[in-house]
Amino acid sequence: MTAMPVVEATIPTKVSVRDLDFYYGSSKALKSISLPLYTHKVTAFIGPSGCGKSTLLRILNRMYDLYPKQRAEGEVLLDGENILDPHIDLNLLRSRVGMVFQKPTPFPMSIYDNIAFGIRLYEKLSRSELDGRVEAALRGAALWDEVRDKLNSSGLGLSGGQQQRLCIARTVAIQPEVILFDEPCSALDPISTAKIEELIDEMSERYTIAIVTHNMQQAARVSDFTAFMYLGDLVEFGETNNLFTAPQNKKTQDYITGRFG
Amino acid sequence: MDAGFNRQTRDNSVSDLAIVDATPRAAEVDRGKVLGRMALFDFFFHNLTRAAAVLVLLILGGVIFSLIYGSLPAIKAFGLGFLTTESWNPVTERFGAVAPVYGTLVTSTIAMVIAVPLGLGIAIFLTELCPHALRRPIGVAIELLAGIPSIIYGIWGLFVLAPFLQQHVQPALISLTADIPVLSSLFAGPPYGIGMLTAGFILAIMVLPFITSISRDVFDTVPPVLKEAASGVGCTTWEVMRYVVIPYTRVGVIGGVMLGLGRALGETMAVTFVIGNAHKVSSSLLAPGTTISATIANEFTEAVGDLYTSALIELGLILFVITFFVLAAARFMLMRIEQKSGA
Repeated sequence: MTAMPVVEATIPTKVSVRDLDFYYGSSKALKSISLPLYTHKVTAFIGPSGCGKSTLLRILNRMYDLYPKQRAEGEVLLDGENILDPHIDLNLLRSRVGMVFQKPTPFPMSIYDNIAFGIRLYEKLSRSELDGRVEAALRGAALWDEVRDKLNSSGLGLSGGQQQRLCIARTVAIQPEVILFDEPCSALDPISTAKIEELIDEMSERYTIAIVTHNMQQAARVSDFTAFMYLGDLVEFGETNNLFTAPQNKKTQDYITGRFG
Repeated sequence: MDAGFNRQTRDNSVSDLAIVDATPRAAEVDRGKVLGRMALFDFFFHNLTRAAAVLVLLILGGVIFSLIYGSLPAIKAFGLGFLTTESWNPVTERFGAVAPVYGTLVTSTIAMVIAVPLGLGIAIFLTELCPHALRRPIGVAIELLAGIPSIIYGIWGLFVLAPFLQQHVQPALISLTADIPVLSSLFAGPPYGIGMLTAGFILAIMVLPFITSISRDVFDTVPPVLKEAASGVGCTTWEVMRYVVIPYTRVGVIGGVMLGLGRALGETMAVTFVIGNAHKVSSSLLAPGTTISATIANEFTEAVGDLYTSALIELGLILFVITFFVLAAARFMLMRIEQKSGA
């Protein structure tokens, strides 16, 4: 029942998922998923709980590798290179594909170090260069003005929304190509949510973005393309405007009009 | 609302109302009794727990008092000189604490130097890297180490470990370090087998389970998403541990290390077996020495004369003070860390 992905000939594809199956032990969580992530576009994954949207997101940077008994079959091409290849350098992959989680996850260190930490893993920079990168990252996450005077205090002392923007800054700081958002606003108040949505919009100029969300209005607001998933199947994929105004599939229509899920 | 009014105006048809009316009265009486009983029970319970808490303070105070009281004769006889005198001579009744205090600190240091990295390493392996099937057996084995009585470590140390070290390890250490300035004096002299190094080894094995099991438990409290986030910026397993998991759990880890140190400082039986019980300070770790607890255990039965006994009690007081300061320092460090990280 997988709808054929829309092929936009004019937009280059950054990530291409092809016939992807995923297993938790013996249970199959994703069934033959194929979809593209277009370069410098925001793609939203929506669907009821347990449909596999977070699972799909966690495959894109091989986060599932941390756990035994989880495996993926098929192909995920990042710039033409299959990232499911067991020989690929995971640390390099994760520096190219950053991730922001559902709950803010500041590291137990100062605000400055939270950002500088990731940079130091990859680059040897002088103090002033590092300062510049940290400031740029914090500005990029619209957090600089709020924390410029307390860079050395703990990241754990910030509010939830600030912590989440700190995590975005941390992800941006290592200059990834793709950023994955796993329900980034589900633990935040409406004002923080609005700030982060605005941020995602700005970021799409420089990054290819995938976002999992339970909030359909959010998907409609921030994304260019939307994938609707149900029980491990990709039901429909298309331009967000088309998908929300004229869904091709009955299930998609029922879901976005709130009839189930 | 009056019960009689109800009964008169609406007779049978609303009998349930009458019942509703009657029950609260009966319940009020009962409830009063029950509440009284509960209050009484609560009063006893409250005081019982308070008594238990006060008892601990009384016991602690009693121990401190009797230690000080018992060591008064020695304090009067030697004053502060007790802390700077090396000689320990029951015949001339000249007593000094330097050798046992030195031995206690040196053996505990050796134990911690070995056990802390080893214990953390095991804990990291168990929480992050170990295949699931092996996790429980290894964890249980480590915890069993803590259950072995110290006398058994003592005999094993004396009959198995000491001869092994004497024949294989110590000669190698001596010849390897012969030309290195500082190390050559640390590993000098004949290989006795028993001595401060051996005691340190035994202590390391004994404190290992504490450090390992506490570290493992606190490592398990790190939210998986935090580890994922660290992996997500491209950290290796080592970097996740070093920069995220250990800083996140350092309070617990330091607690485990301090618990181990407390045990190492006070451990008596196993150390007494393997340390050699010689009242002298020597720079070589291979030389026999003594610790505070080993001295007390060895000599209490033969301590004739009040001054001898009193000197031993004063040693006990010193151990008490050392342990107190170690724990106080640990508390202080934890407080500062918590303030700094703002947690």
